[in-house]
Amino acid sequence: MENKNYNPLDQLSDIRQLMERSSRFISLSGLSGVFAGIYAIIGAGAAYWYLRINISSRVRYDYIIENGGIKIDFLAFFILDAGSVLLLALLTGIYLTTKAAKKNKQSIWDKTAQKLLINMAIPLITGGVFCLAILTHHLYGLIAPAMLLFYGLALVNASKYTHGDVRQLGICEIVLGLLSSFFIGYGLLFWTIGFGVLHIIYGIVMYYKYEK
Amino acid sequence: MSLPLSDNFNKAFESKARLGIMSVLMVNDLVDFSTLKDLLQLTDGNLASHIRALEDLQYVTVNKQFVGRKPNTTYSVSELGKKAFNDHLNALENFLKSR
Repeated sequence: MENKNYNPLDQLSDIRQLMERSSRFISLSGLSGVFAGIYAIIGAGAAYWYLRINISSRVRYDYIIENGGIKIDFLAFFILDAGSVLLLALLTGIYLTTKAAKKNKQSIWDKTAQKLLINMAIPLITGGVFCLAILTHHLYGLIAPAMLLFYGLALVNASKYTHGDVRQLGICEIVLGLLSSFFIGYGLLFWTIGFGVLHIIYGIVMYYKYEK
Repeated sequence: MSLPLSDNFNKAFESKARLGIMSVLMVNDLVDFSTLKDLLQLTDGNLASHIRALEDLQYVTVNKQFVGRKPNTTYSVSELGKKAFNDHLNALENFLKSR
């Protein structure tokens, strides 16, 4: 272990590597982003099919509302659809991240992973509860903007604990969320771009940058 | 390959293990023994002796607490240690610039 001629370049790369590995969770797989994006697009496609609208048309919310409340069968479909997208994305993400962590000799549940999750969870859970409040006020048009905004904020917050590039994805989601809040009725379109297209582009970029 | 090393290099950081311990502590407030062991892939005895060396130089502070009834020891870097580490980085930088 003692080495009188410890090369300065080796020293710097060891320092850098240890600083990164001890403070950031770097095993997030880019491929899990690509899969999350694909599931989101399939989920959105199912919603378009269910609402019988095409991609550029405005959603008329009277379509899903009955006697002042949301139609029960629509709500059930919405929960099933969004829930399966979330579950599939999470399972694929966990599987691919476990594989990447093994390759990086990083534990999947170490301090860096815990910090990443807790910092992501605070804005996400806030956003989730806020979306429930929006639902109870029947302001359905604001659901997609709120999801994009809080998800974007969660990513910006989490970027300090993983690859810094996550911050750019977060900022894109925030911009999209803000835009979407001015174009009520096109929420599903913005949601598809934010959770589908952006995830796929970002995942591919990350895959080539860190895993290839 | 043997390199003539500058006199400004801190002798305490000639060991890969000690440089590694300092690198981890520079970016984390409190780190426990087992986390350090996992990150640096050292044996208990080896890690303990390197930590003791850094403690003797007053670069590293040892914090002993109890979590419930279990003793929990964490390590952090002292102001002196931060300065020594930054000086060492500057020396490395100067050495590489002057080549």
